[in-house]
Amino acid sequence: MPEALLAVRNLEAFYGDFQALFGVSIEVARAEAVAVIGANGAGKSTLLKSIAGLLRARRDAIAFAGEPIGGMPAYAVAARGIALVPEGRGLFPSLSVEENLLIGGQLGRLGAWTLRRVYELFPVLGQRRKLPSTALSGGQQQMAALGRALMANPQLLLCDEISLGLAPIVVREIYARLPGVRAEGTAIVLVEQDVVQALAAASRVYCLQEGRVALSGAAKDLTREAIAAAYFGV
Amino acid sequence: MEWINVILQGVLVGGLYAMFAAGLSLIFGVMRLVNIAHGDLIVLAAYVALVATQTFGIGPLTALIIVVPVMAIIGYALQWFVLNRTLGEDLLPPLLVTFGLSVIIQNGLLTAFTADNVKLQAGGIEVATIRLAEGLYVGVLPLLQFAVAVAVIAGLQFIFYRTAIGRAFRATADDPAVAQLMGLDNRRVFALAMAASLAVVAIAGVFLAVRANFDPSQGPARLIFGFEAVIIGGLGSLWGTLAGGLILGVAQAVGAHLDPGWQILAGHVAFLIVLAARPQGLFAKVHT
Repeated sequence: MPEALLAVRNLEAFYGDFQALFGVSIEVARAEAVAVIGANGAGKSTLLKSIAGLLRARRDAIAFAGEPIGGMPAYAVAARGIALVPEGRGLFPSLSVEENLLIGGQLGRLGAWTLRRVYELFPVLGQRRKLPSTALSGGQQQMAALGRALMANPQLLLCDEISLGLAPIVVREIYARLPGVRAEGTAIVLVEQDVVQALAAASRVYCLQEGRVALSGAAKDLTREAIAAAYFGV
Repeated sequence: MEWINVILQGVLVGGLYAMFAAGLSLIFGVMRLVNIAHGDLIVLAAYVALVATQTFGIGPLTALIIVVPVMAIIGYALQWFVLNRTLGEDLLPPLLVTFGLSVIIQNGLLTAFTADNVKLQAGGIEVATIRLAEGLYVGVLPLLQFAVAVAVIAGLQFIFYRTAIGRAFRATADDPAVAQLMGLDNRRVFALAMAASLAVVAIAGVFLAVRANFDPSQGPARLIFGFEAVIIGGLGSLWGTLAGGLILGVAQAVGAHLDPGWQILAGHVAFLIVLAARPQGLFAKVHT
């Protein structure tokens, strides 16, 4: 059994006194796409933020490529090869589209993803490269945020609700690009409320419910009833 | 012709005020920190120049080679060890700490150098003039100071908008948390910004030292002029800071020409007029 690229073991997360995650464990293999689904407030974003280093975690709770990274600051986690596409896109308003992409590549890690390749993946970004990032539509901003994360040439891409607030046709357009990302050897964790899209894109699924893993398994093996039960906690 | 001369002198002084302000503007833009000790750091730089000229027997302008790196290192260390700890949601801690720093610098300089006035001698350049037209003369030194001020602002503008570190400054100012996701360590970005700010302060301090007498208590007045120039020009715009400095300088020159006692007051009046008519400043950059 090949060693997992990302191994989260019994992760707990707190916002002050409020506990958001209770002993969550997930695994992601190299170049694998894993979906994390769940209702609002289930702890999906909290999980990604903990992995990315934006929230404190126990040192041995998160291991990446065999090394414990729990509790490392976000800039150190990014340097290890994990890129987060944050909820709400998080583009820098003072920077143009191209500058947003360039700063994604700030660490200078070489790989398949260059500015040219990102523009090939999302031609609309190339057409609007000099505009301020705030001039893009929601879907274009999501493409820019994804492109910015790819510019870091990460081994692991964390996507926090990339379908949020976007029209279905736009969501399909973005998801259609993800196989191309995996083909370059990047593992992806997809946090989604859009269950259908997540199941279509991922090989394995974890369902969170109130801070705990309620269900996990191969996407093709899970029945609708099982997923609904885990999602809603009935 | 007389009024042209007055305006011209005001413009040249305005360049110096813009240099006082540029470092302040940079720091507020990058990390929302109002550095109350900014003026005192300009005076500190002037005294560093004094020590450098006396120790090595060099002229003040040559001393820039020493003063600029020394102040940049002081800036980096100050941010890294002290001011980074004060940054957070609250605007008050950095204000209080830099206020304390201002008091410490003033008293430290007073102890080391006494309250006596000093001035650095730049030699012949101080009295050299260029004749622009009949009855219109401009001093070489003020012209040089103005040119350097414009060059400094242009240089900062270049760094901010055309280099990777400038992108890092702007991104960290926009969203420090997401900037971390790019691999940027906020502490280092802020320390570099403060180093750049104090490098500019170093140049301003040397020019201050050559232009007029200075003593340890002159810091707060420089802070006020710098602050007014930033506010008049508008937050977030370096060229606006230059414009703010020029407006302040011209206002003071016009006031002084009407009555020498009105010089400083005229500057403050101009500041208040801008604040009342357009509080965000003349060239403020607004983010949506």
